[in-house]
Amino acid sequence: MVVVQVTDTDVDRIFHALADSTRRDIVALAVEGSYSVSALAKRYPMSFAAVQKHVAVLETAGLVTKERRGREQLVRTDVDAVHRARVLLDGIEKLWRARVDRIDDILATPKRTTGGKR
Amino acid sequence: MSVTNVEKDPKALTMTITADLDATVERAWQLWSDPRQFERWWGPPGYPATVVDHDLRTGGRVTFFMTGPEGERHDSTWEVIAADPPRHLELRDADVDDDGRPNDGNSMTAMVITIKEGDGGGTAMAIRTHFDSLAGMEQVLAAGVEEGMRMVLSQMDAVLAAA
Repeated sequence: MVVVQVTDTDVDRIFHALADSTRRDIVALAVEGSYSVSALAKRYPMSFAAVQKHVAVLETAGLVTKERRGREQLVRTDVDAVHRARVLLDGIEKLWRARVDRIDDILATPKRTTGGKR
Repeated sequence: MSVTNVEKDPKALTMTITADLDATVERAWQLWSDPRQFERWWGPPGYPATVVDHDLRTGGRVTFFMTGPEGERHDSTWEVIAADPPRHLELRDADVDDDGRPNDGNSMTAMVITIKEGDGGGTAMAIRTHFDSLAGMEQVLAAGVEEGMRMVLSQMDAVLAAA
């Protein structure tokens, strides 16, 4: 088995890829089965080219794979679930590290009365 | 003081993050038990959390929501599986349908928080998060991503407005 190292850049790509609601929707859809780019384009109020761009961003982030079948390009969410989970966990680690930073700030502030203020 | 260890298991969909805090065990517990303090660290800047109900006892519930910069609201409900102050806390996403599946559009996540004296004199807080699905993890991330992206965008707006 090839051990895939996940770098910061990978995580940034994932964040960027998931920052758009259309792209999140495509990822969710393509888990259930393959969709051609033209089938995806019919679902959204945008051009074929725009959907193709979204798919390219997802592909670069490693979230979906694209496979040519005849004249169609089939999109599916990356089948390597373990790799996907690894990348996603890296993103979640990032969220928690930010929380720990905020906790450190709270603990560094001299204790003040809590409860009264919202 | 900060994160000392992160363990991720991509097969079990779990992550455990351990942080060394410059505080006593009791003080670290307050980060969870005092809703006003929890509100200050859970949500990112510009995305404040507001606690509605806060019954941090075994069998109790915690409900809160985060408000985005455009006023959008994201609700969360946690069931308190176990609360043993000031050292042990288990929470579960409680908003589920009859089959026990999450019905709030979020993943089912469970968290186990362990607080104990650290080796170096401070307090070690470990948070173990378990996700039920990859899609659920994506949703959690997407929320965080949206927050981050909006902040960047609003900062850009401010820069543009000042120009």
